[in-house]
Amino acid sequence: MQLRNKKMLCLPYGVFLVCFVLAPLLVIIYYAFTNGEGRFTVENLTGFFRSPKTTGTLLYSFGIAVVTTGVCLLLAYPIAYILARGKFQNKSVVLMLFVMPMWINFTLRITALKEILTVIEGNLSFHPFLNTVIGMTYDFLPFMILPIYTTLLKLDKSLLEAASDLGADPVQTFFQVTLPLSVPGIISGIFMVFLPSMTNYVVLDMLYNSTYIMGSLIGAYFAAYDWHGGSMIALVLLMIILVFTLFTNRYADEDAGNGRGGVVSR
Amino acid sequence: MEHTTSGENIIELKHISRTFDDGFRVVEDFNLTVKRGEFVTFLGPSGCGKTTTLRMIAGFDRPTEGELLLNGKDISDLPPNKRPINTVFQRYALFPHLNVFDNIAFGLKLKKLAKAEIVKKVKKALEMVDLEGFEDRTISTLSGGQQQRIAIARAIVNEPEILLLDEPLGALDLKMRKEMQLELKSMHQKLGITFIYVTHDQEEALTMSDKIVVMSEGKIQQAGTPEDIYNEPKNAFVADFIGESNIFSGIMTGKYRVRFCGAEFVCVDDVEHGTMIDAVVRPEDVILTTPEQGTIRGKVTSVIFKGVHYEITVLSGKNEIVVQSTKKAEEGSDVGILIEPEGIHIMLAEDVVNRIETGLNKDYSLQFLDGMLSCDLTQLFPNASFNSDGVLVDAHGDAIDAETVRIIVSVKPECIEMSDDKEAGLLRGHIINLIYKGDHYSYVVRTDEDEDFIVDDEYLWNMDDYVSLIIPKESFEYAVKK
Repeated sequence: MQLRNKKMLCLPYGVFLVCFVLAPLLVIIYYAFTNGEGRFTVENLTGFFRSPKTTGTLLYSFGIAVVTTGVCLLLAYPIAYILARGKFQNKSVVLMLFVMPMWINFTLRITALKEILTVIEGNLSFHPFLNTVIGMTYDFLPFMILPIYTTLLKLDKSLLEAASDLGADPVQTFFQVTLPLSVPGIISGIFMVFLPSMTNYVVLDMLYNSTYIMGSLIGAYFAAYDWHGGSMIALVLLMIILVFTLFTNRYADEDAGNGRGGVVSR
Repeated sequence: MEHTTSGENIIELKHISRTFDDGFRVVEDFNLTVKRGEFVTFLGPSGCGKTTTLRMIAGFDRPTEGELLLNGKDISDLPPNKRPINTVFQRYALFPHLNVFDNIAFGLKLKKLAKAEIVKKVKKALEMVDLEGFEDRTISTLSGGQQQRIAIARAIVNEPEILLLDEPLGALDLKMRKEMQLELKSMHQKLGITFIYVTHDQEEALTMSDKIVVMSEGKIQQAGTPEDIYNEPKNAFVADFIGESNIFSGIMTGKYRVRFCGAEFVCVDDVEHGTMIDAVVRPEDVILTTPEQGTIRGKVTSVIFKGVHYEITVLSGKNEIVVQSTKKAEEGSDVGILIEPEGIHIMLAEDVVNRIETGLNKDYSLQFLDGMLSCDLTQLFPNASFNSDGVLVDAHGDAIDAETVRIIVSVKPECIEMSDDKEAGLLRGHIINLIYKGDHYSYVVRTDEDEDFIVDDEYLWNMDDYVSLIIPKESFEYAVKK
């Protein structure tokens, strides 16, 4: 009886899930595989891969996402490493400084960035790719720092001592112990950055960008009342995310497992 | 000179001290010489500085003062990766992202050995720890005991000059621990390298070591062979930490004669007549007899069955004596106690102070001297206070039972004055011993209550004089008996 009562607590979220996740998903699948007359078709799918506009946007988005994620990783890892390892008087304050941009309103941040970039570049439309990457890196960087920081913080110091004890110098210790053991954090960070940077077209729009990424493409289709085409693009994107998730899942699982990454004496 | 000694001594710690950033002195003036091939154990309670000392030898910690010599050369500035020393860590510290083979080969690969040679050495190391064929296993699939063995294999495969072991058996169950103790000991003999082992388990230390270094509060209390440490403890801490022991304060009453527990015993240590001593008697050296045959008598207060023997507690006068005997005794029965001369180990008392153990009356006054002393109990218990009902309560507000509390009253010999006016002092008694100590006489006065007091006085009194002891009330010090 008690167990049943506890299960009832899931009900509000269950209703939410059905109304706002499951039902819309089914609607998308329905629209993606039907045409204007409501008949089943794969036209939308073949159309997606036949149109150079859609495939081009897919590749472009992919490029943006890869570059953004790469830049984020290069910036975030050293910061996270210094934060986790450094002997700061008050670590949480230093960490807060890096995470603080998240507290400021998104619109405000991007507008400010736009003004700065305008001063430097003059006309923003000269460097659409660069601006997009800068905007997204600016926006998503904390999401890369935090998981890496957490993983490095949890890393058992005695493993580093063990490496040094066995004859590894600090550089060898980093590449043979610290880096491999922070992979789960890196994977989480990539997840948090890569997927949003394929779709978050608001950054582009606000930076007066004329280029398209996947998100903007869906928006454009819907704006033109092409529900079927737009749904198919959304579905394709969903599949890409699914494949990506399956591919990286085994690393992410390890992270959820435990802090030391496997060794806990039983 | 240095060169001749360095052949035999592998590592020397000279006046090593380590002070933490917050000013806490973990290790103080540590001096130790370890011979090549020795099995040395650092033994002590947690927080005694044994692990810090080990970490300084490994190179993870740096001494604030002193010299650390390896083969006669100072290695204080050498990072751990440059020292020919390997460590078996407390929680093993195996690399979770590498399998057993790669864990063990970690050090060999860094040395850039040929692949075939690495494979051969890893195989040999796994044979050494009885885990043949475990090369491809991942660390998380191993049991605690297996991880332990891999950690040992990973360290010994590098053929270090010194192997450091930081409480390596702490996480294992009793049976496994005993097995590993013997295995480590035979491994030490087979490999012939120097082992420095850290533990808080005295039995482990006694079983395995060539030399034990007993530590407390950052200082070496005693260093010696297990037999020395057990049979001839240097001070009360060592006697108490190594094995169980009865420690009585007493006084030498003649050549090979010692008085404690209200009786005279024959002992084997020749200590100057009249010296205050601590007598250590191991529970297994106490012999229970009939009351008539014993040197002292007592009542059995508890009997606990411990498997091989019974642990019997006997109360004789004010002294509790713990006895280990294979024969059972009845609780509440009267017994006699005999101690063979060989069973008594005499230690010189470190600070000569008169100590009287006493209980509390219901109104919290001291039983000793019948309430004449005023002792502030709220100072003796942390955060204690008297509540509105006049009951003494501790920091949590729980009442402290006056009947269970034992207070130790102490007074220094130089604070006591003797007088032949019987009414002048708090206590009266006969002088039963006197020795001249250069600038004063040291007397032993046995009071009418049968307590022995040491009194320092510059004037000469005679043996058997009946005197009263004048002790200013402010010279008494109080402590709670744990």
